[in-house]
Amino acid sequence: MKNEIRFSLNGKEETLPGDPRRRLIDVLREDFGLTSIKEGCGEGECGACSILVDGRVIDSCILPAGAVEDRTVETLESIRETERGEKIVQALTRGGGVQCGFCIPGMAVSIESLLRTNPRPDEHAIREGISGNLCRCTGYQQIVEGVAAIEHVEGDNS
Amino acid sequence: MSHPVEQHPVTKTVERVDAREKARGETRYLADIPFPGRLFARVVRARIVRGEVVARNTPSLPEGYILVTADDIPAGGKNCVRMIEDDWPVFSEGTVRYYGEPLALLVGPDRATLAHLTEQCERAVEFRQQEAALTIEDALLCRGGAIHGTDNVYCDYQVVKGDPDGAMAGAARTIEGEYRTGFQEHVYIEPQSLVGTREEGRVTIYISTQCPFYVRKAVATALGLPQEEVVIIQTPTGGGFGGKEHYPDVLATTVAVALTRIDGPIELILDRMEDLEVTSKRHPSRVRYKAGLDEAGRISAFDVDIAFDGGAYESSSRVVLQRGMFSSNSVYEFPHVRVRGRAVATNSAPSDAFRGFGAPQGLFAAEMFLSRLAREIGVDDLDLRKDYLLQQGSTTMTGGRIHEEVKLPEMLEHVLRVSDYRRKREAYAAAARDNGANGTDGAASAKPLGGIGLALFKHGSAFTGSGEQEIIKARVRIRKRADGRPELLVSNVEIGQGVLTTFCKIVAQVLEIPYTDVVYDDHNTSHVPDSGPTCASRSVAVVGYLLQEAAKKLKGRLHEPGEFEVEQVYKHPEHLRWDAGTLSGDAYPSYSWGVNCIEVAVDPLTWEVDVRGVWTAYELGRAIDEEIVRGQIIGGAIQALGYAGLEKMENPEGRFLQRTMADYCIPTSLDYPGVDYALFDNPYPWGPFGAKGGGEVVFDGIGPAYAAAVQQAIGREVTRLPVTPEYISELVHEK
Ligand code: FES
Ligand code: FES
Repeated sequence: MKNEIRFSLNGKEETLPGDPRRRLIDVLREDFGLTSIKEGCGEGECGACSILVDGRVIDSCILPAGAVEDRTVETLESIRETERGEKIVQALTRGGGVQCGFCIPGMAVSIESLLRTNPRPDEHAIREGISGNLCRCTGYQQIVEGVAAIEHVEGDNS
Repeated sequence: MSHPVEQHPVTKTVERVDAREKARGETRYLADIPFPGRLFARVVRARIVRGEVVARNTPSLPEGYILVTADDIPAGGKNCVRMIEDDWPVFSEGTVRYYGEPLALLVGPDRATLAHLTEQCERAVEFRQQEAALTIEDALLCRGGAIHGTDNVYCDYQVVKGDPDGAMAGAARTIEGEYRTGFQEHVYIEPQSLVGTREEGRVTIYISTQCPFYVRKAVATALGLPQEEVVIIQTPTGGGFGGKEHYPDVLATTVAVALTRIDGPIELILDRMEDLEVTSKRHPSRVRYKAGLDEAGRISAFDVDIAFDGGAYESSSRVVLQRGMFSSNSVYEFPHVRVRGRAVATNSAPSDAFRGFGAPQGLFAAEMFLSRLAREIGVDDLDLRKDYLLQQGSTTMTGGRIHEEVKLPEMLEHVLRVSDYRRKREAYAAAARDNGANGTDGAASAKPLGGIGLALFKHGSAFTGSGEQEIIKARVRIRKRADGRPELLVSNVEIGQGVLTTFCKIVAQVLEIPYTDVVYDDHNTSHVPDSGPTCASRSVAVVGYLLQEAAKKLKGRLHEPGEFEVEQVYKHPEHLRWDAGTLSGDAYPSYSWGVNCIEVAVDPLTWEVDVRGVWTAYELGRAIDEEIVRGQIIGGAIQALGYAGLEKMENPEGRFLQRTMADYCIPTSLDYPGVDYALFDNPYPWGPFGAKGGGEVVFDGIGPAYAAAVQQAIGREVTRLPVTPEYISELVHEK
């Protein structure tokens, strides 16, 4: 096959299946079964579909799949298996930060990105870091408190 | 936060049973569940506001696509979405009452093709358009002719206490006021979603919903099937707030009709744009007050006229309206009262349930009018309120009794102290006098204008009047499984509010076992009894109590061999009475109470409002899990701040102008500060471990507290929600 589009997905080299103009969210959810990614709006506003592309938070609902050629894509499916990912999961779980849960995977991805660059964020930095993730249930405060209580994970700034 | 009394063990926070799976992204919402062979569906909608279909001109469809219309409703079925009345059709048969009303459902294998075909079908329809009625005034004038009946009035109620006419006639002075609130959209982050299929021959609907038995009733009615022939399975629901109380029925019935032609599975998930545009909203309101004062300046007569915009079909407007009426005296007792309430028909999408259910509108108006009264009479705002506060033994506006001890005075003192209200209120008033920035000349200073405001309120838990006894008749069961674990069989569902955890805690506390031993994961209408819908702050207060009582029957029997069940059926507490004809008696079995205080700074150039502090106190009987209750308090406050200042939805021409989440802004993590709270214990004898409802009271008081704060800051009377910068600018610049 020629014109294969290759990219790294959760640590594995993959080839993009199908039409590169499809939305990245559809490819990841339907072809790779990565259903931690949620569709809340499909218009780049709510952040429920957040993933990391080369370490940056991206709304996968407004990105054509072909745009990830030669890039590194990470989703909550791999983040949650890391030490820091587990701390994020616990921070959300224990502090009352999860209600209906639909915004939460996207929230966790944004928190991961924040902690990579700022391992000890203050309240304002946390609020900034999750400001692209809309939550209609929690009012954000318990999420913010949970993240503020995360202990710094040394040496994992991948 | 503070704990005025020592915590009961049931109040101690535990880890929510659903949290870890949700935080790991492993919970499967409807869109995440694989359905092999799944087809997709799209609703073909009328792209006019009001009129009649003249010709449909349906284009020919490619192989594999079908168009489902009212003609497909089987004999014995009915073209209606059964709620209270049967007026809302599944598919329009020709008459269009609101923009986006369903004409048909297209089903087929490819989403892109479907989207294209839907547009084609919609463009092919020819209409004769009619003048639309879009406001309460339009409705009452029957603009364009009546939409409903002969007068556009869905219902017209009156509540009378004492002799309001006599008292008003004898009044030395009267004072009036008028208050308005707008639409609010729920914006649950998971859009409306369902899959309809046939399993073992039976129509089976997997759906994101608050009320699986409502869906069952609606689908069975549309198809003309016995209810038991229809199976509804609730899937993990990504937020509801009332928006998934009745609206899922509207979508499920369209897919159910399609299932008479093909077996499915058929997936229907609304796009966000479609969801914003066509789903139900909070009722806009207009509330007029007139108070009669006697010679001594006491309020003797209180006359209220409420109108709610019910939209194009009735849905649950009458019940929402009743709650609005019963909230219109807030937490005050007046001797002579008349409240008239009407829900009217307009050509907007049908209005429906939204957290608070009419109370936020009534309470906003009441609290704002009370501050007008204080100003007009020349007394302190707080002193006036204290003078008329309900207390134990008081007679409510419907002639019921306040049975419980009312802790509002303590709660108020607490909030006044932690917010430093008195000092700030005085300081802001002094600053306004000094620099003349407030009142007459708001724009003169570049310094932010400060204000602080308070609201007192209550919210009745459960259905209105004797609804729990007469309409719902909740039934719960607990099964002792063969493995010794108790399993809860109820129809209430998790929508984020924590009920999966709180119910398990209640039963575990009675049985003295770990809450993680309790099983509660079956949300299939053919497996569980109907314990009623998940709404009206009733899950913990009513169903939780039934579970507590059922668990008592199970106590000491968990080691018995085999499998067996215990059951508990709702019984209305005997001390309560209600006459549904005259709307008199105890309007709700119990009330939860609240005090909110908000401090703001208003920018005198942009009129943006910066919220500086939010202080709250609640009496919810007793909290079943403090962290969950705190989540309701904070989440409710932030959602209500959106309602109070941010969220504007308008349809001046009939179609909503706000069609994306960029147009309709809900609060982000940067918009508001943290929320301070205090819980006051006051165990309620008919609630589980003393608990009452807490899901809605946490929304109710924010609007008026916010408006009162802005009112002080700008020195102008606020009479509308939302209080947007445009509205503030209008107020400041008007003569
Ligand atoms: S679904 Fe992508 S931003 Fe909302
Ligand atoms: S937890 Fe429901 S939207 Fe965030």
